[in-house]
Amino acid sequence: MNIDGVKNGIVLDHITAGRAMEIYRHLDLDDLDCCVAIIKNVESKKKGKKDILKVDAEIDIDLDMLGFLDPNITVNIIKNEQRIEKKQLALPQLLRNVITCSNPRCITGVEQEIDHIFELSDPEAGVYRCSYCETAYEGRNG
Amino acid sequence: MEHFIDIKDHSKDEIQQILDAAMRVIENPRGYSEAAKGKILATLFFEPSTRTRLSFESAMLSLGGSVLGFSESASSSAAKGESLADTIKTVACYADLIAMRHPKEGAALLAAGVAEVPVINAGDGGHAHPTQTLTDLLTIQREKGRLDNLTVGLCGDLKFGRTVHSLVEALSHHSGIRIVAISPQELRVPEYLKSGVIAKHHMPFLETDQMEDALATVDVLYMTRVQRERFFNEEDYVRLKDRFILDTAKMRLMEEDAIVLHPLPRVNEISVKVDADPRAAYFRQVKNGKYVRMALIMKLLELAG
Repeated sequence: MNIDGVKNGIVLDHITAGRAMEIYRHLDLDDLDCCVAIIKNVESKKKGKKDILKVDAEIDIDLDMLGFLDPNITVNIIKNEQRIEKKQLALPQLLRNVITCSNPRCITGVEQEIDHIFELSDPEAGVYRCSYCETAYEGRNG
Repeated sequence: MEHFIDIKDHSKDEIQQILDAAMRVIENPRGYSEAAKGKILATLFFEPSTRTRLSFESAMLSLGGSVLGFSESASSSAAKGESLADTIKTVACYADLIAMRHPKEGAALLAAGVAEVPVINAGDGGHAHPTQTLTDLLTIQREKGRLDNLTVGLCGDLKFGRTVHSLVEALSHHSGIRIVAISPQELRVPEYLKSGVIAKHHMPFLETDQMEDALATVDVLYMTRVQRERFFNEEDYVRLKDRFILDTAKMRLMEEDAIVLHPLPRVNEISVKVDADPRAAYFRQVKNGKYVRMALIMKLLELAG
């Protein structure tokens, strides 16, 4: 299968196989009118299989959200068909307005226009806790 | 120290400074009777808690300061739909310090983020009640003469009981603390506290539902109430509330120099007959609550303590 290269844009590589569409939705790539390629189940030496997203436009990406969704992703910035930057993602220490707290007793459920802030409390297990009520976020791998 | 929202935010040294200041107040209360003269404390109680509110108000009045506020959300602008942030910003224009209780968890942190005056968390739902922890620590220090090398029995609702969680957290910074958790299976110490605090600090930990067996081993027995408002289900509350009651017969199993604490109010988990036992320290604990709040107010207002 032949997918054209990116002239000016980004390539998200090493997406965990099967998660490309989820990343596509979270980054609102559907709203773009440029060329976007979703490549699934590409052979990978490290992981066996991986997904890749190619976007042929210079867009701002919320790297914290991306790192939270899949810390394995490599972000490649492409300019004039050359990779000018490679960013290795990791779980961000803080998430602001990426996820919401499920605790019905949390203040974030009733106070309007409040920032939903989560902190990485256990980097090994990837556990995030609401900064307000300390409830663990359970939807990350769900 | 800008705000006092969660005991976890403060170092062992910071907490000890407040306890030391409280001890100085106890030794010479008159010496502090004008320490906060001209200062105003706002007590914002979005849910009723007469005891805690009066303790804060008594503390501020004993320092020569003034108090204003409300004791339930129905009499605040929250009833008209005002956001908590707006209420806090407004009150901060009228007062030098805010003590706030709110039914929602994390409400005090939100308040601290928008207030231009120090905020004290006087309880935010089931999350934290750090001035109760200061009270507990001061009481243990006064009664036992130390905060280390103690076997501390925790009894009752150890799952939802925020005072228990905060006390364990605070004691984890001291050496030689052994925890004996006495509760029904349904109300055991939550996993995050076991792994995140107790195991992390290598605190010897025993879990049991046999109250009688545990009593002889403890230096401090911390009793808690099984609170109706923490349950979604009335049936569970009724089934569990009477399981662990301290009476005079059980008091005979305890050491002569052990003490009994309770954050109060009690329902029936400690028999009234126990009150006459000199080891029952819970009303002395109430008095310590006022002293430690005086010390905290002075600290946050940067007054000489």
